Formats: sequence, C-alpha cells, structure tokens
Amino acid sequence: MVENRRFLNLLAHLVLILGVAFVAFPVYIALIASTHGQNDFLSGLIPLLPGHDTIRNYSAMMTQGLASSGAPPLWLMLGNSLIMALSISIGKIAISIISAFAIVYFRFPGRMIAFWLIFVTLMLPVEVRILPTYKVVAELGMLNTYAGLTVPLIASATATFLFRQVFLTIPEELMEAARIDGAGPMKFFWDILLPLSRTNIAALFVILFIYGWNQYLWPLLVTTGTDHYTIVLGIKRMADIADQQPEWNFIMATVVLAMVPPVLVVIFMQRLFVKGLIETEK
Amino acid sequence: MSTKRNTFRHRTLPYLLIAPQLAVTLVFFMWPAAQAVIQSFEQEDAFGLSTTWVGFQNYQTLFADPEYLNALKVTVVFTLGVTAVSLGLALLLALAVDRMVKSATVYTTLLVWPYAVAPAVSGVMWWFMFNPTIGIFPYLLHMVGYDWNHGLHGTDAMILVILAASWNQISYNFLFFVAGLQSIPASLREAAAIDGAGPAKRFWTITLPLLSPTTFFLLVVNFVYAMFNTFATIHATTQGGPAGSTNILVYKVFNDGFIGLNLGSSSAQSVVLLFIVIALTVVQFAWVERRVQY
Repeated sequence: MVENRRFLNLLAHLVLILGVAFVAFPVYIALIASTHGQNDFLSGLIPLLPGHDTIRNYSAMMTQGLASSGAPPLWLMLGNSLIMALSISIGKIAISIISAFAIVYFRFPGRMIAFWLIFVTLMLPVEVRILPTYKVVAELGMLNTYAGLTVPLIASATATFLFRQVFLTIPEELMEAARIDGAGPMKFFWDILLPLSRTNIAALFVILFIYGWNQYLWPLLVTTGTDHYTIVLGIKRMADIADQQPEWNFIMATVVLAMVPPVLVVIFMQRLFVKGLIETEK
Repeated sequence: MSTKRNTFRHRTLPYLLIAPQLAVTLVFFMWPAAQAVIQSFEQEDAFGLSTTWVGFQNYQTLFADPEYLNALKVTVVFTLGVTAVSLGLALLLALAVDRMVKSATVYTTLLVWPYAVAPAVSGVMWWFMFNPTIGIFPYLLHMVGYDWNHGLHGTDAMILVILAASWNQISYNFLFFVAGLQSIPASLREAAAIDGAGPAKRFWTITLPLLSPTTFFLLVVNFVYAMFNTFATIHATTQGGPAGSTNILVYKVFNDGFIGLNLGSSSAQSVVLLFIVIALTVVQFAWVERRVQY
C-alpha cells in the first residue's frame, strides 16, 4: 500500500464485505431452507431464518432418499461421489506421473508422438465427443459401472505436463548418483522422484478431487440406474420433480451435503489448493 | 523437446510406463473424436440401418438452421456476460484485498471456496432463490414493480444462468488477480504517488496496464469456462429454455445428439466446437510464450 487513505480503506472493506455476502448468500438460503418443513415452501416467501426440522430432513434424506423422484438414500450417492472423486484423482495422478517419468527420463522411438497424443487431449473435452464416447463405453459394457464412470476421464495432459515440469527441475546429479549407486529406473522413481514431488502430488490431488466430485455431464451419460448416481447428479433428478411438488427442504439438504466435502477440502487445504490451481494453469 | 542429458536405457520399460495413459487417450479420446469427424460427413437413414456420405451437407444444414444460429448468438451473449461479471467483480475484490494488510488472508479464505461448489449445485441454488412463486429476488423485484419469471422471459432466464455461472468462477479469477497485483512492484506505484498521481490515476496508468497479461490469460480461461464447463448450469436450471433463449452450443449438441439422436447434425456441431477449443487452446499457449518474455 502506497499511502494511507481512510476513505479508500473503508471502501475496500465495504467492497469485500459485499463480495463475501454475494458468495455466501445462496449457501445461506440453501442452509436455511434445509432446516424447514415442507409446508413452509408452499406460498409467500422462502424462509430466511432457521426452522426446526433440521434433524428430520437430514436423517430422512440420508437413510431413505426421495422416493417420489426415484432418488436413492444420500449415503449411497455420497459414497458414489467419493468413489468417483478418489478414483479419478488417484488414477489421473498415477498414470500421469509414470508417463511423465517415461517422457523425461527415457529416450525411445515414438516418444514425441506419445507426447503430442497426450497434448491433443487438452483440445478434446467430453462436450465435443459426447455420442461416440458414449458408444465406446456402451460397447465395452461399461455403462452403469464405476469403471465407466472413471476410466474414460483419467487421461490427463495437464497432470502429465505438471509432472514433466517438476522432473525437469530436479538436478541431473541425483539421477547420476543413483545410477552410480546401482539403482535401476524404478528404484530411482520410488525412492527419489516420488518423495521429491510429494507436495506437487498433494496440490494436484486437491484440484482433481474437486474436479472428480463435481463431474456432471459424464455421470449423466453413463449412469442409467440409480445405484451409480453421484450426489451432484441426484440433486438434478430431485429438482426436476420439485417444479410440480416442491420438496425444497429435501433438495436443499442434498445441496448442502453435496458441497460440504469439496468446500471443506478447499478451506482446510487452502495453501495446496492455490498451489495446485496456479500450477495446473502453466 | 527437452529431456535429461543422461537417460535410462531400457527397451520396454518406457512403453510400459506410458501405455496406460496412451490406452485411455486412444480409446476414449482419439477414436471417438475421429468418429465424430467422420460422422459429420455422413447421414443415417430414418431407421439407422445404413449411412451415406454426404460431404458438407450437415454443415450447410447446420448454418442455415435458425435454431443453431440462435444458439451461436446465445452462446456469445452468455460467454460475454459470464466473463464480464466474473472478471469485473473479481478484479474489484482483488483490488480491495490488495489494500489490506492484516485481514487479507481472512477475506481470501471467505472468497475462494465457491470454486469447490459444482456448477450444477450452484445452478440449483440460484434457481431456488429466483423461484417465481417463493424466491426472494422475485419477491423484492415485485416490490419495485418488476414481474420476474425465468420460465417465460428469455432475458430473465439469461440473467439467471449468467449469475449462477459467474458465481462459481469469481474465486478463480480473484486468486489470479491477487497474484497478478502482488507481482507489480510497489516502487512503481510509490514513484507515481510521489509525482502526485492519485489512486484512480495510478490504477488506470500503472496497475491496469501491468495487469494486462493476467487479464488476457483470464479472458481466455473464462471463455473456455463459459462455453464448455457450464453445461451443468444450463442442464440443472433452464434446460435451454424458454424458447431456446439459454440454449448454448454445448447444451444443444447434447440435446440434439443424446436426446434427439440426430447423429449427423450433432457430429457437425461437435466438430464446430472442436475448432473453437483448438483456437482457444492455441491462443492460450501463445500467451504462455509471451508471458515468459514479459
């Protein structure tokens, strides 16, 4: 700060408080709605102060789900989301770190082609190849399976580039020393590269966990039965019905539960989150 | 391409290491993308029994279709809206945080978490707040004499999806703007202050020009976000309606292909989207090169 201007400082605080209010308000409304009974949503205005049905709403959703819209109990969908987020983030990190290792520490025919093939995936988001990808997954018999939900998403150019960048900054001498001491490539990978990239792996994990948890289009295509629904997808199914039969208290309880895990990850691992966000954009 | 001076010598190991990534890439990325390109030149008969090569006919039909032209227009409005709202608010908040000494980290924590909320989830929350019968905003708007109904009015629906999509993206833009502001040397602003430039003048002549690489980068990222990552926002709220007023390209390609099962048209739309992604990626990487020199 260059100089101290009282008015500008006050203005800055005001802007920030309004900003925080803007981002927090939708969540506040959702939280409040999830504490009310169904009758509070029939007419007039949505409630703005907490109600008394918190425990009833959440326990009903966790154990029974919303039968009228065919939504399974929330613990099932939360479990599916967790499986999906963990498989995608761990899968992406695993296959990317070994391919970056191959690209940086080996010279082999076809290396450039492999590198470009991985690069091109950046330009092929699911949205531009919806039908043919769906067909491939269907023909492989992977519809409605955890493999179908996760495997097609685990190729990652961004993660591969990130690890390549990390490996390139690791001093040559480490590898030479390891070789002189008689370490083979895999021993070098496990004992030197992996420990050295620990924080990068953690930062990437935070970003990819959020990415996996929040997937929408892909689960929408691949799941046809309710047993593989993720929670983000489940909300939508419930909201569809809600237009005729408002069960906003239950929907908002689901909304709250759907955002708690990734939001907690961001808040408690903020440093890693920011690191991951900035690194993956290089 | 750079590698290490010394490399390991092994005939099969590198292939084994890279195989899983390449397998997924080829099976779930390359092959379907190639299929989309081929199908965009073909047409299926009414029963889906045979396909014939029709050249550019799918594309010609597409660009003569008023619905598609409408989707293009809607996408432009939506993309510009989301980018303007989320970049503008994020810059304002970043400038304010940049003035803070002690409270900067607290405010940052309170502002970054919406990044973690799924676009579908934020869509449903905004949908709820704007619900024409019980929502809080229609209630307030009604008091000033405006009849909000995103189920009937295209403009209302567009405002709703722009707000919902921007809400998610503000934290991302905010973090990058804060990083950009911190990389501007304080000495430059101090020198300007000594020369008598006030805060507004310093912002326009020093801060904003020096922030331009960050702004340009964010512009591209936000275009990509608004065009490709907002499918969930639309699908969870307006579903492209009313009357196609929020029918953005990624939603239309899904709707025509997956719901309408119009293979040729959907593939042609995919290819158009593919060109947009390629163009944006090229711009983004060209920018990375430039930033290094900056």
